[in-house]
Amino acid sequence: MNKSSKLIAIITVAVASVMIGCKPRGAQSAVSGDAAQKTYVAPGKYDEFYDFVSGGFSGQMSVYGLPSGRLFRVIPVFSVDPEKGYGYSEETKAMLNTSHGYVPWDDLHHIALSETNGVQDGRWVFGNGNNTPRIARVDLKTFRTAEIIEIPNSAGNHSSPFITENSEYVVAGTRFSVPLDNTNGDVPINTYKQNFKGTVSFIRVDTSGRMNIAFQIQTPGVNFDLARAGKGKSHGWVFFSCYNSEKANTLLEVNASQRDKDFIMCVNWKKAEGYVKAGKAEKRTVAYAHNVYSEVTHSATSEIEKEVLVLDPKNCPDMVYFMPCPKSPHGCDTDPSGEYIVGSGKLAAVIPVFSFTKIQKAITDKNYDGDYDGIPVLKYESVLHGEVQKPGLGPLHTEFDADGNAYTSFFVSSEIVKWRISDLKVLDRVPTYYSVGHLSVPGGPTRKPWGKYVIAYNKITKDRYLPTGPELAQSAQLYDISGEKMKLLLDFPTIGEPHYAEAIPADLIVKNSQKIYKIEDNQNPFAAKGDANARVERKGNEVHAYITAIRSHFTPDNIEGVKLGDVVYFHVTNLEQDWDIPHGFAVKGANNAELLIMPGETQTLAWKPDRVGVFPIYCTDFCSALHQEMQGYVRVSAPGSTVPITFSTGKNEPTGPIAQNK
Amino acid sequence: MTTPSFHCLLHCVMGNERQKPKHMKKTFQIVVTLAMMFLMSCNNNTQTAAGPSSIEANSDAGQANVKDDASMKDIVKVAVGSPDHTTLVSALKQADLVDVLANPGPFTVFAPTNEAFNKLPKGTLNELMKAEKKTDLQNILQYHVTTSSLRADYFKDGQTIGMVNGDNISVSVKDGKVVLNNSAAIVASVQASNGMVHIVDAVLLPPVKK
Repeated sequence: MNKSSKLIAIITVAVASVMIGCKPRGAQSAVSGDAAQKTYVAPGKYDEFYDFVSGGFSGQMSVYGLPSGRLFRVIPVFSVDPEKGYGYSEETKAMLNTSHGYVPWDDLHHIALSETNGVQDGRWVFGNGNNTPRIARVDLKTFRTAEIIEIPNSAGNHSSPFITENSEYVVAGTRFSVPLDNTNGDVPINTYKQNFKGTVSFIRVDTSGRMNIAFQIQTPGVNFDLARAGKGKSHGWVFFSCYNSEKANTLLEVNASQRDKDFIMCVNWKKAEGYVKAGKAEKRTVAYAHNVYSEVTHSATSEIEKEVLVLDPKNCPDMVYFMPCPKSPHGCDTDPSGEYIVGSGKLAAVIPVFSFTKIQKAITDKNYDGDYDGIPVLKYESVLHGEVQKPGLGPLHTEFDADGNAYTSFFVSSEIVKWRISDLKVLDRVPTYYSVGHLSVPGGPTRKPWGKYVIAYNKITKDRYLPTGPELAQSAQLYDISGEKMKLLLDFPTIGEPHYAEAIPADLIVKNSQKIYKIEDNQNPFAAKGDANARVERKGNEVHAYITAIRSHFTPDNIEGVKLGDVVYFHVTNLEQDWDIPHGFAVKGANNAELLIMPGETQTLAWKPDRVGVFPIYCTDFCSALHQEMQGYVRVSAPGSTVPITFSTGKNEPTGPIAQNK
Repeated sequence: MTTPSFHCLLHCVMGNERQKPKHMKKTFQIVVTLAMMFLMSCNNNTQTAAGPSSIEANSDAGQANVKDDASMKDIVKVAVGSPDHTTLVSALKQADLVDVLANPGPFTVFAPTNEAFNKLPKGTLNELMKAEKKTDLQNILQYHVTTSSLRADYFKDGQTIGMVNGDNISVSVKDGKVVLNNSAAIVASVQASNGMVHIVDAVLLPPVKK
């Protein structure tokens, strides 16, 4: 090329780039004209749905209203929250205990609302801890984390916490296969194929909500990704998507994409229950923490449990089957009837839809395509209802409305595609801004979808909001699905990485929402139920201050006799019996956080003074007109000091000569 | 393909200052100026009636339209920046794959040169560019994309790679030369922000469906 022709080439390139950049806009608008009206919830009015959104790497769960997208609360689950004292107060530290000790962070990906007869019932919401495998249960009366159970024999609790239709179980499949806990784990990583195993765990939920690991099933060393329980006719089964059937231990980007089909693992859990009852499970020695928060003692306990029952499919015929599913399936979703299971292979060019009836027939007819590590593989064609052809790029996850339609998210082509289950026809598609992961229809994973909306949870927002430096909010996008065509109504930024969410009609929760804790029911051993019980006591080098808080003072608010080297425990009881009147508590120089104490509750802050002096304490939650007067002092003396313990409120009058102005 | 001018331009695109001759610097400035002008004219076109802020966001355009000159170039920008890939770029536009290839990926794109497209039987390309043949075009172009970022040294002789359209390609590696489907050789590789672009000297044709 000579110089001038090069220049022409360059100009051509520039023009071409501009043509891409200047795609005509305005011809069709992404947002329809009545969008504002459809999402506007007037001041003082309630939203129609609660939306429980996972916080991903924030480790928390956030609560939004739909259709407004207003944020109501961030519930601390797996990560400490200094704002609420969660993980800092003496009462809550045990919630984050694990067999590895105190773990103050995790990665919460998926949400499961409790169900009765396959319909959301508004009692609890479960979330998974991905990194240090755990499942948490949040009580929807208090919107607080009530229980966390660690999962042994697991590493990367991603395929979790999917729930059965009567909340019999939440399941937990391990993403990483590993040498199991009772084996010698000191093996070369490249002995993956010999030494690494997967597990799926069935965590029983009793009528009070309390969880325990009923049993685990040991599996070949694949990666479990997501799961869904059967419902209706398929109740009694759980379907787990798995990738890396290649069993690669390095560069999975290449090595786990070799096979044309991975699997959906079908587990007959009623059968598994039978095998457990028949004594087929092996009792294995493991260690896992089980942490329970009591709303009576207002404190958590943590126990390390030592045993788990493990079923090996080798000894349990007809319990586990593999179903071929194209290319690294992520979503594995059962439709409201329970008949259809939709696999979404991240790298697949089709969406396979499996039929539960055909699965049963294939099992009866032993219509197998060999086995995978001794587990029968069902013949793909024999279990297939059909495939949605060329639906989009990178299918991830599917939910349903009540009218026989499915909604699938596509990460790579950044869109939601609506299609009909019966004839597998694509009906509509809408772009998301940008790169949707999971999506959610209110009630979408249940037998009774409430419909109305589909919400996209997007990974990328680039230019969608005012920029905030290199780190940008991720987002949710609300689409109206009440008509034939999906219509974008609203998008709103989210907390952390919104992996998955479940929305539920507000009235299923509002009626149960607790307003206060009754002070007479408070059984925290450190409670001071009334000013008469407020006191300060020394026990060796521990100083226990039993403090009450009520508008607008602490009792006591003057404390002396603390010595350097002491540990001071501030046990603060909020005596208020009035909705929405928490008190906060903070002391200067504390190396942890504040307390936020709900009406009727007692919480404890441990403080180790680091110097001699007088230290202010104060209420941190704006409680009243005299909030700023709600304060006090703690005097810290030298180690050998003879200053006795004294405490009072309103009695410690000024003494000694008062400086006079001359 | 391996002419100095291509590499020259490629280096400009990739921002390799060291190897940029003086005359290129000047043309580069022209490109920047032109791009700026067009970007500004774009801005004028994107005013919308409503909105609380006069600062404009992309309200209904895809990721390829995000204005960002600070980040490394994505696959679309790499392709657009290469004068040897004008055919590919027009085809990607026609197949609605521009926004796709601007998203986070990760992708590997085997990018046939204009010359490679010219090797197709006469009229093939014109036919594929027709609106009614969009699905076929998409199928062919998606056969050039896989969803993972594969450096040239990841390819192994005898490997099979699943492509976005659902079909596989075969890889052979002989004396360090990577050839796909025994027909298309990788002649150069460019790292993009969201994956790898391997420039190939022939168009890959998906297996004919029964």
